[in-house]
Amino acid sequence: MSEQVEDLGDPVEVAPGDEAEVRIGERVMGYVAGLGLAVLLTGTSFFIAGTQLVWQPSIPVAIVVLAIAQMGVHLVFFLHITTGPDNTNNVLALAFGLLIVFLVIGGSLWIMANLNHNMMPMDQLMRMQR
Amino acid sequence: MSVTAATADGHADPHHVRGHDTQSGPAPKRIVTGYGFWIFILSDMVMFSAFFASYAVLMGNTAGGPKGAELFDLRSVAIETVCLLLSSFTCGMATIAADVRNRLWFQLAMAVTCALGLAFLALEGREFADLVARGAGPTRSAFLSAFFTLVGCHGLHVSAGILWLLTMMAQVFTKGFRPDIQRRLLCFALFWHALDIIWVAVFSVVYLLGSAA
Repeated sequence: MSEQVEDLGDPVEVAPGDEAEVRIGERVMGYVAGLGLAVLLTGTSFFIAGTQLVWQPSIPVAIVVLAIAQMGVHLVFFLHITTGPDNTNNVLALAFGLLIVFLVIGGSLWIMANLNHNMMPMDQLMRMQR
Repeated sequence: MSVTAATADGHADPHHVRGHDTQSGPAPKRIVTGYGFWIFILSDMVMFSAFFASYAVLMGNTAGGPKGAELFDLRSVAIETVCLLLSSFTCGMATIAADVRNRLWFQLAMAVTCALGLAFLALEGREFADLVARGAGPTRSAFLSAFFTLVGCHGLHVSAGILWLLTMMAQVFTKGFRPDIQRRLLCFALFWHALDIIWVAVFSVVYLLGSAA
């Protein structure tokens, strides 16, 4: 029983931004790793945007994928949002935020593309109003 | 007996499903404050998503005016990105220095963060002034209105962040690393890192996609 009482000392949750690691050297290395990955991903995005070496239609997709990857790197290494049991509340709030973000952006693009598709071209519309 | 030992190690019940922590009382204030601020950051991101959506919808509506590819200077954007990325890193260093209560390193890291943030703002201000001078101000077309709203809103956030940063430097200078100051520093670090995340979306969607298309 005594072992179970000791277990109560475990942090059940952590504040967003706080990390479990306490040794300074390890923490600094965490930020350095995040910075390195972010620089790598940013450099790749900028390189891909201006290059002629890859199949051109793939460029926008590559840029979006690299951006999402870099946001993930920032979340993990700088904001310390993890999938650990002490982070459940933070991750759930993030998941809900992402749901709303995708609904707003995806929904707007979808609806406006449909409207554009179904609407008469602007010059014809102008002619009808005369 | 082996089960009990495993529980003590935290391996048998990694997700605390047995709920033995229900009697540990309310969460510490640091967690409550941080979580509340996290909710604010997420709502801020939802607000930015509306600006991103309007920008994406209006991107082609240039009204005969200049397109993004003719306007954007990617070299300047790359320098802005490096500034903000490095400032995020030094902000992390300031967080560590605050946790170990080292005043010198804290003030140093915060000062570097501030300088990098100001450099970012100066570059962005120069870009905006240049665009307006070339007749590509926010009133030129729907595309440029959406552009100035989205990027300008991020710039306003960075300006507010720098004011907050200077406030925190002064508070640590006069009051030291008290628990309430530490909570404010936690919130500031969250805010600053979140700004960098939004900038990743801005430079990818606005500048890189804008000049690729």
